[in-house]
Amino acid sequence: MNPLRDTALVFRRYILQTLRNPVWMFFGIVQPIMYLVLFAPLLVKVASSAPGFPKGGAYNVFIPGLLVQLGLFGASGVGFGLISELRMGVIERFRVTPISRISLLLGRALRDVVIVTAQSLLLVICAIPFGLTINAGGILLALVLIALIGLMTASLSYTIALAVKSEDAFAPIVFGATLPLLLLSGVLLPLQLAPGWLRTVAAFNPLKYAVDAARAAFNSHLTDIAVVQGFAVMLGLGIVAVVLAARAFGRAVA
Amino acid sequence: MTTAIAPAEDAALAPDGGVAIRTRRLRRTFTTRGGGTVEAVRGVDLEVRNGEIFGFLGPNGAGKTTTLRMLATLLTPTSGEAVVAGADLLTQGGLVRRRIGYVGQTGGSDIIETGRGELVFQGRLHGMSKSQAEVRAAELLETLEIQSCADRKTQTYSGGQRRRLDIAIGLMHRPRLVFLDEPTTGLDPQARAHLWTEVRKLRDSGTTVFLTTHYLEEADALCDRVAIIDHGSIVIEGSPDALKRQVAGDAITLSLQGEHENAFAQLQALPFVREASAENGLIRLYVDRGETAMPALMRALDAANLEMATLTVARPSLDDVFLAKTGRSLRDDNPN
Ligand SMILES: Nc1ncnc2c1ncn2[C@@H]1O[C@H](COP(=O)(O)OP(=O)(O)OP(=O)(O)O)[C@@H](O)[C@H]1O
Ligand SMILES: [Mg+2]
Repeated sequence: MNPLRDTALVFRRYILQTLRNPVWMFFGIVQPIMYLVLFAPLLVKVASSAPGFPKGGAYNVFIPGLLVQLGLFGASGVGFGLISELRMGVIERFRVTPISRISLLLGRALRDVVIVTAQSLLLVICAIPFGLTINAGGILLALVLIALIGLMTASLSYTIALAVKSEDAFAPIVFGATLPLLLLSGVLLPLQLAPGWLRTVAAFNPLKYAVDAARAAFNSHLTDIAVVQGFAVMLGLGIVAVVLAARAFGRAVA
Repeated sequence: MTTAIAPAEDAALAPDGGVAIRTRRLRRTFTTRGGGTVEAVRGVDLEVRNGEIFGFLGPNGAGKTTTLRMLATLLTPTSGEAVVAGADLLTQGGLVRRRIGYVGQTGGSDIIETGRGELVFQGRLHGMSKSQAEVRAAELLETLEIQSCADRKTQTYSGGQRRRLDIAIGLMHRPRLVFLDEPTTGLDPQARAHLWTEVRKLRDSGTTVFLTTHYLEEADALCDRVAIIDHGSIVIEGSPDALKRQVAGDAITLSLQGEHENAFAQLQALPFVREASAENGLIRLYVDRGETAMPALMRALDAANLEMATLTVARPSLDDVFLAKTGRSLRDDNPN
């Protein structure tokens, strides 16, 4: 069958499921806004007093990090839904149809990417009155980056879900993996403030490059080496994750 | 794409005319976490003919679901081969999937979707257009009498409504062969009878039905032919009547007054007794014709100075077939 048509079909099913669940939508949006309202004001003080704080103003440093966090947290839990579908026999049922195997993954991952990107855009808009200075090109670039993070994270989440097949095993793996990744990426506070050893460890964290790239984009350094690095790292990992997930979907659901 | 929704008859593509499924030495082994292996299916040879209701009968864990999932392309056989709906299972999986319907033991509808929504989506997965799928969905909702709940989330369905929806989903694309894994488990007698009628109608419209069941009466009443599987191997295969005739005639179950060391051996040795088994003090004798065997049995008991305590004569059931073949009763595993 035609993979494009099939992907659109699968995408439509899942985006409708998400839109029909307003509670989930609400919390997905409210969480980043809470950071904006309840945490960001602290940063304004830090930004003006800490000597190592990067230029660009507190919000232009903080919002890019928040977006990366949203991409990671927003997409990391998508495996839960897949596990419940496995249990209900829904995935097995899909697999006994001529639908192209890769569409089962791409359709749902596309839904996750769209949701995460839409939430990111909303967050950016909400941050403008607080003092975020924007430029269209930088924001567009940052949103593409978040979409890539969403795609990678969702694919990995599905891969893990298909491997462990139970919420009990899935939850600790996902929470255990996302938190250190976030802390070691300079999401909340820039790593420029960190001691040397922490920065060394963080250099091995792919997410750090995404955060650096997003910050550079937000501060109009669109051709900065950080942007190139961030995109390269996320694109490479994104492709690896999609391949892994597609293979997991293709294998028997034994 | 057109083949997906065409009725079941592109006969040119069925080389082994008349046969819906043929398996050869189909095996499946699972490796467990601890490193051990489970031989779920050990060399199954089956032949299911076009247009029949074929029943796959066996106790829990016998390998029914595993066999079905292999035939539906969900599991790769460890070894062996099969032709399913005219396509080679190992090399033409896509073709098999287009031609079969599969209704799993746990169903396959999502509780947050509506029945109608699931039917239409299933049609779309099989390449139908939206309007084609909607028409077909309405048709099936009516046939299976689930219109009243069609637009509610399936979460709210009764067990019977959910099972009927699952089956409707499996029939959306008018498959020539449909697998039903325990279609009636958990249904009340009325819902079960209703489903039997639907399954017969399916067969009468030319669809081959391959179903598994725990219920002996179901296999007996509904299926044209059955295969009994136990510990991953086929024990016996044939029409219910033929099996009962072949394995055992009428069953005489009796118990004796007092203890008698060699009573069983004596009864077993009687010329008209074809097979005998003893379980919990009950002796079961299989004879060709109960009505002629009874007087002879009485005389033999008299001559041996044995006195009967209880006696029943029964037409054979498929359970007797299973018992005769395995020495165990199917019912012990599944009191129902
Ligand atoms: N994924 C698996 N991993 C390990 N063992 C399995 C797996 N699937 C099935 N088995 C084992 O294979 C055997 C056959 O299981 P199967 O589900 O085919 O039985 P069944 O005849 O359908 O039983 P039931 O009537 O209970 O549905 C069982 O011992 C089961 O535990
Ligand atoms: Mg089973």
